[in-house]
Amino acid sequence: MSALPGSNAAATAATTAAGLPLTAGVPMWLVAELTYRCPLHCAFCSNPVDFAKVQSELSTEEWFRVLAEARALGAVQLGLTGGEPLSRPDLELLVAEAHRLGFYTNLITSGVGLNETRMRALKDAGLDHVQLSFQDSTRELNDFLSSTRTFELKRRVATLIKAHGFPMVMNCVVHRLNIDHVGRIIELALEIGAEYLELANTQFYGWADLNRAQLLPTREQLQRSDAVVADYRQRIGNRLRILHVISDLYETRPKRCMNGWGTTFMVIAPDGLVMPCHAARMLPGIDLPSVRGASLAQIWLDSPAFNRFRGDQWMPEPCRSCPEKAKDLGGCRCQAFLLTGDVGATDPVCDKSPLHSKVLEIINAPPLPPATQLPQQVTVRPLVFRTPENSERLLSGALTTPL
Amino acid sequence: MDDSTPLPRACYPRIARLYRFQWEAAQNAYVLLFPEGMVQLNGPAGEILRRCDGRQSVQAIIADLRSAFQSDAIDADVEAFLRTATNDGWVEWRDTVAP
Repeated sequence: MSALPGSNAAATAATTAAGLPLTAGVPMWLVAELTYRCPLHCAFCSNPVDFAKVQSELSTEEWFRVLAEARALGAVQLGLTGGEPLSRPDLELLVAEAHRLGFYTNLITSGVGLNETRMRALKDAGLDHVQLSFQDSTRELNDFLSSTRTFELKRRVATLIKAHGFPMVMNCVVHRLNIDHVGRIIELALEIGAEYLELANTQFYGWADLNRAQLLPTREQLQRSDAVVADYRQRIGNRLRILHVISDLYETRPKRCMNGWGTTFMVIAPDGLVMPCHAARMLPGIDLPSVRGASLAQIWLDSPAFNRFRGDQWMPEPCRSCPEKAKDLGGCRCQAFLLTGDVGATDPVCDKSPLHSKVLEIINAPPLPPATQLPQQVTVRPLVFRTPENSERLLSGALTTPL
Repeated sequence: MDDSTPLPRACYPRIARLYRFQWEAAQNAYVLLFPEGMVQLNGPAGEILRRCDGRQSVQAIIADLRSAFQSDAIDADVEAFLRTATNDGWVEWRDTVAP
């Protein structure tokens, strides 16, 4: 017996705990959606489609209180996101306070608004890391998908991030229109000197769900891109770590959502609503608490919203008696709601779900032909871009969802 | 670095640039933080990494741990852990003492 037992297997990933605890645990991750204002209009944005009705952003002082309360609960990772977090002129103040409290601070940005002055101020404030989004490896598609001309700007911002010595994650949301460029997207990440590349297959809620018919990749596309990623991983080793977020629509078992509802994440919307996941705002029958009405400790430990899908008492069959329930926790609540209309249903990705046919209908639908091959008489719904105007039109009913 | 590579005992390990190392009271553990991720360290791993500040050689770190844990039988464990930590990119090495 040595004096340092266990040092050979010293580290355990904090996010792999299994089991179905009813207790709340520690909310390690605080995701701060500082604003829904954004200069980009990405057609796959995960923000709620009715974001235009969200007014009255939390003030600097309110965010200070939220940060302190989250830190006291044990939160350690802070994601500063939005919308575009640089739209908040007090971003540097929030970073400085978060740093003072001991958070590891991640800025998740489109790069728009990140100039030398702000970069330096963020460095001085103690920012730890920058995640920069690209929409594609080509200027044409990047600019089309975001409905902006930002590709060259993003390249310049990447240089700025590296010049200030930040670790950089390049993020690219992957879908039918850019998935065949995955190799070139990896080349771009290598070229700009990113330490990590997050290839995030589109999750179909929010604006992505509106545009699902145009964005859902085919099974063949997914298989090809998986092979390209595997090949690059082998060749480039640790020079660039690729985080591959897989879409589960083509799988037969669902994914754990947000590492489990109310186990790890607290997402705070710009108006102070506290959500177990980014998309929870659209779920019916869930009364989301606000930081303006309660402390984060009350919300995390006692609110009906956060307790709703903890443990397994909420689970229907086939989940409740399933030997795999501790692995996927019944899957994604938002996907269950969007595809079955029931927020408490088994995620229909699971082939044990009585409603698995809902998923099969989607993935077996004939893919849309490329626009250039369309006969004149066929009308195809164009992509709906994430703009305040479209959000207003969805709210008023002038634009309807395909569901 | 594989198991047969001797550790450079006169060199100075320190936490790599990509990582931040700190004590987390809520977890009662040292953790390594990096972009969008975290590793929770067990007691021994935390005790070793706590000493990887670029100012102590491996030799000095081992001597310090021997006296702190009142045991002479820790060299192999410390070396094995530092090898793993180096391969995972948590630790980088300098030939000279950090300023």
